[in-house]
Parts: sequence; C-alpha cells; structure tokens
Amino acid sequence: MSDLAARGETPEYLFWVGCAGAFDERYQKVTRAFVRLLHHAGISYAVLGTEETCTGDPARRAGDEMTFQMQALTVIETLKAYNVKKIITCCPHCFNIFKNEYPDLGGQYEVIHHSQFLRMLVEEGRIKADPAVFSDKTIVFHDPCYLGRGNGEYESPRAVIAALRARTTEMPRNRSKALCCGAGGAQMFKEAEPGNKEVNTERTEEALATGARIVATACPFCMTMLSDGIKFKDKQEEVKNYDIAELLAMSLGL
Amino acid sequence: MTKQIIFTVALLITLGIFAFTIRRIYGFFSLTKPFSISNWGRRVSLMMKVAIGQTKILRFPLIGLVHALVFWGFMVITLGSIEMVIDGLSGMERSMAFTGWFYDVVMASGDIMAYVIMLSMLIFLGRRLFLSVRRFSGIEMQKKSKLDALAALGIIFMLMVSLAGINLTYVQMHPGGYEGVYPLSAALSPALFGEGRDLFVLHEVSWWLHILLIFAFANILPYSKHFHVFTSVPNVLLSRLEPLGQLPNMESVTNEVRMMMNPETAFAPAPEGQAAPARFGVKDVEDVTWKNYLDSLACTECGRCTSVCPANITGKKLSPRKIFVDLRARMKEKGPGLLKDLSFDDGKSLVRDFISAEELWACTTCNACAQECPININHPTLIVDMRRYLVMEEATMPPSIASMLQNIQNNGAPWQYPAEDRMKWAEGL
Repeated sequence: MSDLAARGETPEYLFWVGCAGAFDERYQKVTRAFVRLLHHAGISYAVLGTEETCTGDPARRAGDEMTFQMQALTVIETLKAYNVKKIITCCPHCFNIFKNEYPDLGGQYEVIHHSQFLRMLVEEGRIKADPAVFSDKTIVFHDPCYLGRGNGEYESPRAVIAALRARTTEMPRNRSKALCCGAGGAQMFKEAEPGNKEVNTERTEEALATGARIVATACPFCMTMLSDGIKFKDKQEEVKNYDIAELLAMSLGL
Repeated sequence: MTKQIIFTVALLITLGIFAFTIRRIYGFFSLTKPFSISNWGRRVSLMMKVAIGQTKILRFPLIGLVHALVFWGFMVITLGSIEMVIDGLSGMERSMAFTGWFYDVVMASGDIMAYVIMLSMLIFLGRRLFLSVRRFSGIEMQKKSKLDALAALGIIFMLMVSLAGINLTYVQMHPGGYEGVYPLSAALSPALFGEGRDLFVLHEVSWWLHILLIFAFANILPYSKHFHVFTSVPNVLLSRLEPLGQLPNMESVTNEVRMMMNPETAFAPAPEGQAAPARFGVKDVEDVTWKNYLDSLACTECGRCTSVCPANITGKKLSPRKIFVDLRARMKEKGPGLLKDLSFDDGKSLVRDFISAEELWACTTCNACAQECPININHPTLIVDMRRYLVMEEATMPPSIASMLQNIQNNGAPWQYPAEDRMKWAEGL
C-alpha cells in the first residue's frame, strides 16, 4: 500500500490479509491462492504488509475492550491515511468487525468477504473454473459462524463451490443451524473448558459422515479446527480440508 | 345483580394484585442500565413475523407447530375473554354479538381452537411426563421449573375444558337460535349431554370456572417462567436489531482510549463531568440493561438455545439458558434490597455466585443460541459483558488468554510473531 501511495496510485481494494493469513502456515497458502485469483482477474488491490495489525477481534471477544479499541483506532488511522474505501478479507472475524463494529468508532468501509468477491468474479465471468478438475469429487461446506449466523451470508461460498461443478453435499446442521468449529470468541487461543468432547471433533465427525472427500471452509479458524479434527480422526489421507479460494485456484491450475 | 357485584369484586382483586406485581417488576427495571431503541418500523415487522407469525419456533417444525396453534388459538380466545369481562361487569349476555359476522368468525375459531389447545396440552403434558426430552433437563432446571411447566399446562387445559363447557351448554340452552357459531361444540353437545336437558347450572359453573381461572392465571404467571405469555411479544418487538455478529461498543472506553492516543490529553487529568463508569462490564444485576432483564423475564426455559450450544453439546458446563434463569433469580434475590438502598450488598454477585467464570469462558460466541431463540433473546452479548467484567475489572482470565492479549498489545497479532514477518506469505510468489 505504501509503495503505491508513494507512486501516487490508489488501488481500488485493500486486501486485508489478517493475522492468520499472514502467520498461520496453513492459511498462508490460502492467502497465496487468493492473490493468484486476484491477479488472474486483474483486480486493482494492495495490502498493508508490515503496517497491518490485529483488528482487535479476539481481544474484544475475550472481554478486553481497552485492547480492542486501541487496535481498532490505530487501524482506522492507518486506513484513513491511505484513503481506504473498500476492504476484502478472507477472515470472517475481520470481515464482521470491519463491517459491523468499526463504524461505531468512525471507520466506515465497504467490506467484502472473499467468498462474496469470488462469487462476483465467477458470476461476472471474470474467473472461469475448469469443470473437469473436481467433477469426480464431493465437497461439503462448513459455515463459519461469523459469515453465516453472524452476517447472514450462507450462499456466496456455496455459489463459488457450485462454479467448480463438483458434487456437493450438506451436513445435517448447515446454514443457520451450522455447528461452530469451536474456535470463535477467542476460544482459538485457549484450551477448552472440561467436557466430554472437543467441539471440533463433534463437527469433524459430522463432516466425515457425509462421505465427502473435501471439506471446504471460508475461515482461518475453522480451517485450523477442522484440519486438526480430521487428523485426530486419522483421516488426513482420504479427506482434505481446503478454503474455497484454494479450490477455485486449483480448478484454474493456479 | 349479585353476579355483577361478585364479578366486579373478583376483577378488582385481580387488578389489585396485578398492579402490585407490575409495580414490583417496574422497580426491578429501574435498577438496570439503558438500552436504546429506535427503528420502530422494522421492529413492528419483526414482531409480526417472529412473534405473531411464530417463524422462529417453527424452526423445530413439529413441536413448533403445536406451540404456534396454541398461540394463535389464544389470540382469538382472548377476544372472547374480553367479552366475558364486559358481560360480567354489565350483566349482559354475549355483549359483543352486535359485531355480526366478525363475532361469528371469532367465536367459531375460538371454539375450534379450544379443542385444539386442549389436545396440545395433552401432547405437551405427555411429552414432559413420559418422554425424556434432553433440553428439558440441565443444572438450571430445578424442581420449580418443572412444576411451573406442569402447573401452567394443567391450568391452560382446565381453561379450555371450561371454555368448551361454556360453548357446549350454551348451544343447547338456546335451541331457537343463539349468538355466534360453535362448530365443534354444536356437533359434540348432543352426544355428550343428550338433548333437552337443563344445562343452566353446568353453564354457570363453566363460565365462572373459566373467568376465575383467567384471573388466577394472570396473577400466577408473573411469578413463574410463564410470565413469557405477557413478555415474549414485547421482547420480540424490542429485539436487538444489529447483526448477530455485532457486539455493542463501550463508549466509556472509547473516550478513554481517544484521550490516551491524543498526545495533548494523554497526561492531562480527566475532564470534569466525564467520570469513569462505576464498573466495566457486568458483575451483578445492576449492571445489566433493561433489555437483558426483559430477556430473562420472557424466557420460558424451552432450552432450544442450550440444545444447539456447541459448548453444551460437548459436555461443557455452559448452558445459555442458565444465564437468563440465573439473571432472573438473582434479581429476585437482590432487587428488593437494592430498591430499599441502592448501595445494598449481600456479599454475592451474579458472576461467580450464580454464573461461574468456567461457564463464561466456554462460549464460542457462535450465536447459535441467539439464532435459535424463538423470542430473540441475545445471550452472547451478555456473556461477553460478563467477560468484560472479569477481564477489565478483575483481570482474571485463563493464562492463555492473557498471553494472547499481551501478544496483540506487543506485536499486533494474537500470536507471538513480529510485524516484520507479515509479508512472509508472499515470498516466492
């Protein structure tokens, strides 16, 4: 972003990578897949790079409003400096907090989750998936809470998957009835309270029971939880966990 | 005339007790914090859909439909009850009959719904007594909750029996023609009572039983979980309208953070009139909003929230229903003391003595509970408000949460990675 600003250029979109997208080894691959798609479709975008910092979401949900607001007001200043108007992000938690919670602190943006952006590119014909790649695969989609129930977005990720022309199936608990992966509300960063099962095991069992060989997600935390769950069930050879951006990039050979 | 006097006295006693109850509950509301309400157009349409249309309870289609029938039945039957009150006060009989076709429609649907509700009560009672529905159990489901449910179902059953009694006898007492239409009662009455019998006494007994049960029920409800009957429609009307993912902002913190971030005010003393709030987050009943408290009064402990909670499903202690059962119980315990003296302290609090930190930390804020609640109770915002108390007032949180917060403060990420590494994903691209 700062390079473009120095050249006096303003990209149309800010791609907000997010902490998981930047640091989590598995999710870095999703970030790479998504920027390949952006390049493929010729989108004018930039990232903040080292100027990016946590939106404060896990702090707010852990109850630390002070840390959240310090982060949020810092981010809002940075975005103001670059005159950011449109934000795309792969993380439903970043998406939710930019879209719903930053306006209370003076940060107003058009916020787009990557599932919505990819759906638009697919529907406008700017990305054409090769129908042969996944034609013999079955995909099941896990709804991230902060995309689905949190913001009512159930269909965009499914529309992206539909573009792959794969067979699709649903878990019994889907859309507004979807079961959480277990990572939201700052759970990602702590051990679970005592119980008789891990939430991600419960959800993974449901996904595995559909018989689908690909479990698709659209959230970095869901990806960690479901990948761990699949490993815990020792199914990592047969069943793969991908983000919808990775699937779309794979179908294009990117 | 005697009948009118007895009726008037009974009605006055009923209204008197009810007024006392409302005053007490109003007092409890006065102890709570503000919650702003706007956008009435959207609210009314939401109420029509979710409350009148019963859309959310129908997410559990079978048993939801039984509830919806009972609710819709109550709506028409209540119109008939209003007529009974006018009749009782004025000494008239069927005082609303002059409304013609409208009267016929209301009476006919009320007559049919009386039997539908009777049957529904048998289904509900049978389910509670003989089936083990998982969501009807749980640590918060004490004996009182179970007795409350059975008592309410029993009273409603008797209300419908007495209403049917009124209709069954009325149609035979006026063979030459009567006011209104009673399809089921007219068909059943000859079979039940034979023809040409004097049913006057039975009619009077049914009439009085019905109206006195209504009076009693109205005054029992506010002291049971079935206060729901009065509070749930307003609760939907006053729902939080924000997307479920959105948490409310803490203005008091915003002011403080802005001052800290502005070099000119960072070290200046706080301006006058901008005193820090007495407490961050929710520790006890005086910290909740009136909407939180209304949620607790509207909850009828159906347990749909708990049945979809990922933490509860996997055996954790958290039960979203318990949060509101506890809030209501704690207000009942502490409210009277606070009303006498605002600094009242019994050495206990909602957080810890009723709701443990373990429960609060088990929440994933996935909003499945709020999504499922048929009357739009919002559990996660209150849970986070209690976490806000734990973190910002007590600084007691799981150690891993403490290090996550520290990472965000130190290096701007919940993990311990330096900001310089933020572009590593792009290497070799």
